[in-house]
Amino acid sequence: MQSYLAFVRKEFYHILRDTRTLVILFGMPIAQVLIFGYAVTNEFRDAPVAVIDNARDELSRELVHELVSSGYFKLVDQPATADELDALFRAGEVKLGVFIPPDFESDFFRRKQTTLQFLADGSDPNYATTLLNYGSQIVGNFQQRHAGGPENYQVGVEMQLMYNPELISAYNFIPGVVAIILLLISAMMTSLTIAKEKEMGTMDLLLVSPLSPLTIILGKVTPYVLLSMSNALLILLLGYFVFDVPVLGSFWLLTGFCLLYVLTALSLGILISTKASSQQAAMMGSLFSLLMPSMLLSGFIFPITSMPWMLQKVSGVIPATYFIELLKGVMLKGLGMQYLWFPTLVLATMTVVLLSLSWFNFKIRTK
Amino acid sequence: MNVITATNLTKTFGNFTAVDAISFAVKRGEVFGFLGANGAGKTTAIKMLIGLSKPSGGSTTVAGFDLTTQSEKIKERIGYMSQKFSLYEDLSVRQNINFYGGVYGLSRKTIRSQTARILDEVELQANANDKVGSLPLGWKQRLSFAVASVHDPDIVFLDEPTGGVDPATRRQFWEMIYAAAAGGRTIFVTTHYMDEAEYCDRISIMVAGKIAALGTPGELKQQYQANSMGEVFLRLVR
Repeated sequence: MQSYLAFVRKEFYHILRDTRTLVILFGMPIAQVLIFGYAVTNEFRDAPVAVIDNARDELSRELVHELVSSGYFKLVDQPATADELDALFRAGEVKLGVFIPPDFESDFFRRKQTTLQFLADGSDPNYATTLLNYGSQIVGNFQQRHAGGPENYQVGVEMQLMYNPELISAYNFIPGVVAIILLLISAMMTSLTIAKEKEMGTMDLLLVSPLSPLTIILGKVTPYVLLSMSNALLILLLGYFVFDVPVLGSFWLLTGFCLLYVLTALSLGILISTKASSQQAAMMGSLFSLLMPSMLLSGFIFPITSMPWMLQKVSGVIPATYFIELLKGVMLKGLGMQYLWFPTLVLATMTVVLLSLSWFNFKIRTK
Repeated sequence: MNVITATNLTKTFGNFTAVDAISFAVKRGEVFGFLGANGAGKTTAIKMLIGLSKPSGGSTTVAGFDLTTQSEKIKERIGYMSQKFSLYEDLSVRQNINFYGGVYGLSRKTIRSQTARILDEVELQANANDKVGSLPLGWKQRLSFAVASVHDPDIVFLDEPTGGVDPATRRQFWEMIYAAAAGGRTIFVTTHYMDEAEYCDRISIMVAGKIAALGTPGELKQQYQANSMGEVFLRLVR
């Protein structure tokens, strides 16, 4: 116990001495949250729109007004011809073009087929799709309001987004950032600090001392568990106070899940460090085998269901996938253990398997 | 009294025999030089003696305990200083001493008195709170030796302790070794420097996994009709 405490104290000295690491540890989560919150966002306002209004009647003016007053679009120009619209697109001045056909109002009220055309700048596909969706939704509402009446047999669709009715992107990225940061601190920092002892030769000294390997590992990871948990809290607080991301479920359950995930990440870090003999190898190992896949394939940035079969399988072995599911479950849906036992079980199993693998590797090395 | 007795100590890796049934004894308070060319099995042998590697055969005792069955007991009685300089460079002199004291389970009081003794011995009182990384190499090595003895071990293993420093600094380091040996501590040292071999009480020279020669520097020079340990070494290794 005493030697364990001496070890933990030493690790804290290392961390506190290294101001650069400290800045990264606490600066990065804040930077990530703010970057994702303000820069990388799917929400939009005032998208520049140009309208070619060939009808120029009451109804067409009303439609344009409706588009603009929604707040999502801003009318920047009303070109007369398709060529002029094309020029606007090329110059990047508009992202959406609306073409209203002649006789719009009369065709509409005579119930003849009339078609609006929407043109979007597909060089940014996500943005374009979002613009088109919002545009057609506004037109749909507009149509329903004006075309009421008994002889109208349209099927109306009422849409509701559950758990995140306003489509706030913070609901998605706050859990994602927590998953990435915890992985970074727990797995990468741990593998780095163990690899450093090996590189410097101090590991041999520790192994020659009466310290058991278990004490060495526990002493190594304890400070990082504390750092990870305080970082998770920091991100959740930022999410709550800056971006209004709620925690509907139990706070203690959330803490428990964070701790479980930290353990999984730590065992990954330990496993990497049993293989890597230098800090550089450990760094590369963590970056490419953990951080990249976790960013891209955990469902944080791209939805898992739209991935090809192979990548879905890869996603299924990434701890962050399950952790994000747990976080969203507790924070946004207020779920309890009866709905979340499966991802919990997966994470726990992963942790046990990873720790056994590390132990096995360690045994081989000391033979 | 012998503090290390190795009888047919062996290490094999698959078909390759790195250490081939070597036998030797080291007396208490002796400065025992363990020499050999690179790849002769010297590092493997020392790794077995300090418990970093399990012997494949033979019966060996270190500090009175059996190497295969009581390696945990041995760890408490030995100190080790590796060829890679092995203190934490980003911690201060005092923090390093405190840490290793804590690792060996010393009481707070003992750690305090040991810290004072070590600072005195290495003449670092004024630099106790400096980062180890800022000290000159010779000082780091002497500090490293002192820290390896913080728990008052029976034997200290030094694996090429003086690599990269000038002869004057090496001489200073050996003064410390003699002082420790005079106090009854056994020193087991490997080295590349033949002038250092002359300083040892007895020397063993490993060639191809076996001990090819063992004796005092004087005996060995006589036996191989050489003027220096360097000549003895070259004759054996060729």
